[in-house]
Amino acid sequence: MILATGVVWLTIFVLSVFVGIEVISKVSSTLHTPLMSGANAIHGIILLGAILVTGTTDNNLALVVGLIAIVLASVNMVGGFVVTDRMLQMFARRKPAEKPASKKDETGGAA
Amino acid sequence: MPTWIQLVFLACGVCFILALKGLSGPKTARNGNILGAIAAVVACLMPFFWSDLHLRHVPLIIIAIAIGTIGGVYGARTVQMTQMPQMVALFNGVGGGAAALVALLELHEHVSADIHENWFVWAATAFTIVVGATSFAGSAITFAKLQDLMTSRPVVFPGLRYLFGITLGAAVVLSVRLAIAPSVWLAVLLGLIGLLFGLLLVLPVGGADVPIVISLLNAFTGLTVAAGGYVLSNVLLLIAGTLVGASGTFLTLLMARAMGRSVANILFGALKGGSTLGAGVASDRPVKSVNPEDAAIMLGYADRVIIVPGYGLAVAQAQHSLRELVDVLGERGVQVDYAIHPVAGRMPGHMNVLLAEAQVPYEQLREMDEINGDFTDTDVVLIVGANDVVNPAAKSTPGAPIYGMPILNADEARQIIFMKRSMRPGFAGIENELLFDEKTSLLFGDAKDSMGKLLNAVKAL
Repeated sequence: MILATGVVWLTIFVLSVFVGIEVISKVSSTLHTPLMSGANAIHGIILLGAILVTGTTDNNLALVVGLIAIVLASVNMVGGFVVTDRMLQMFARRKPAEKPASKKDETGGAA
Repeated sequence: MPTWIQLVFLACGVCFILALKGLSGPKTARNGNILGAIAAVVACLMPFFWSDLHLRHVPLIIIAIAIGTIGGVYGARTVQMTQMPQMVALFNGVGGGAAALVALLELHEHVSADIHENWFVWAATAFTIVVGATSFAGSAITFAKLQDLMTSRPVVFPGLRYLFGITLGAAVVLSVRLAIAPSVWLAVLLGLIGLLFGLLLVLPVGGADVPIVISLLNAFTGLTVAAGGYVLSNVLLLIAGTLVGASGTFLTLLMARAMGRSVANILFGALKGGSTLGAGVASDRPVKSVNPEDAAIMLGYADRVIIVPGYGLAVAQAQHSLRELVDVLGERGVQVDYAIHPVAGRMPGHMNVLLAEAQVPYEQLREMDEINGDFTDTDVVLIVGANDVVNPAAKSTPGAPIYGMPILNADEARQIIFMKRSMRPGFAGIENELLFDEKTSLLFGDAKDSMGKLLNAVKAL
């Protein structure tokens, strides 16, 4: 049996809804802020869509609008992941910070 | 699309699921985030390796990515931890704006090439444009409210609810029209209506509820990206957007529950003309003030002290002095804990981040449910820069905007020291009865300054 394309899309959508709820259902309130920020970065994947539409257009105005969309989407994606990492770094730093007090340099930040 | 790229997208989708899963546990959170970042970067590289696509304008695209990356990294690295909520709002807003523009461009390409699509594709396009624009404008207002660029109190004006209804109606009618007969101008108009709708949605929301709105708009942008994925026939965008939309909606409900509010009440409370407006002015009722030396004696000779930190603590950058004070009290044999309200700070979990920055040991941070029973055995509660989270009006005054929000039972302690800069009400704009309680002493002054004096006074005991 071959599924209609629309049904395939609907299936992916519905399953993703359940997965999305299931994976975060046990989050503690301590992590609400980083989780929101991390999820925020993930929807920055619209950058992929922005690159695809901008790179296939012939129209100059569309090119300009597309480039604006790329700038906005990159801010969302890159900024989102970096800021989340910065927050989480503070949670992680707590344990080693108790022993050697010298390890105070601000390292890290994935892009 | 080549099969191998489709498989890469599938792998990236799985990585996003694992990233969200990781982010919801304290030990795995950082790795989860890094995994998500790697997947996102890999996915965005794919168009450059996809030879059949004949990607053009590559140098311009790379320059645009570079500009966005530099801006994003700069913002993310320089933002103060206290300003985190508005940063998240900003990043979310630009993502929503980008999604709306992408859908607009895709529509433009299809219309100018005279490609006929299923009406459902056009409907999804309309959804992406309206909701993306809503998210953009809503996030901009949220940013302005949190950054004190405008009042954080609810903005309502006569006829707001009618305007709100008309805008919503227009969005629906134009979306239907676009689904039947797509045109670029109609789509642009729809985008403008989306912007107006975002404005009207967030303006009436009061300051204390803004974090919930950030979370909701985050979910909106997720759904926008999902719809955009359908429009572009890109499975990865559909999966990632839906994941964020679903988890964001769920997270919004969790947060609203932690504040004892319903999402509908937060969004439409002010529209119904309820009394979400607080007094917003300083009261001149008599209060008892205390100097740092006397406060030091109260703290230094107590057996049990609970600290209630709030956003004001972090704004004044007093958390380092506070940690030192707690250390000194600990050396004197006083048992000290921090009571963390779930919405202390300006976002759920924000206070934990702020105290972690000051390297407060995790074991001293106690969550509300865990510590609320301990207040009756507590000699002194020290409230620093917090207000609404200890306001008994949440229990006693049904008309108050924070009514129903679970609070820390600071009023049950034997003595209360309130460190305050002035008598101005908290973020929710309502007066706090606890300030006038006979057990309460107020230590006026800038939190950092007072904390330094208090610390020296305790050391001198």
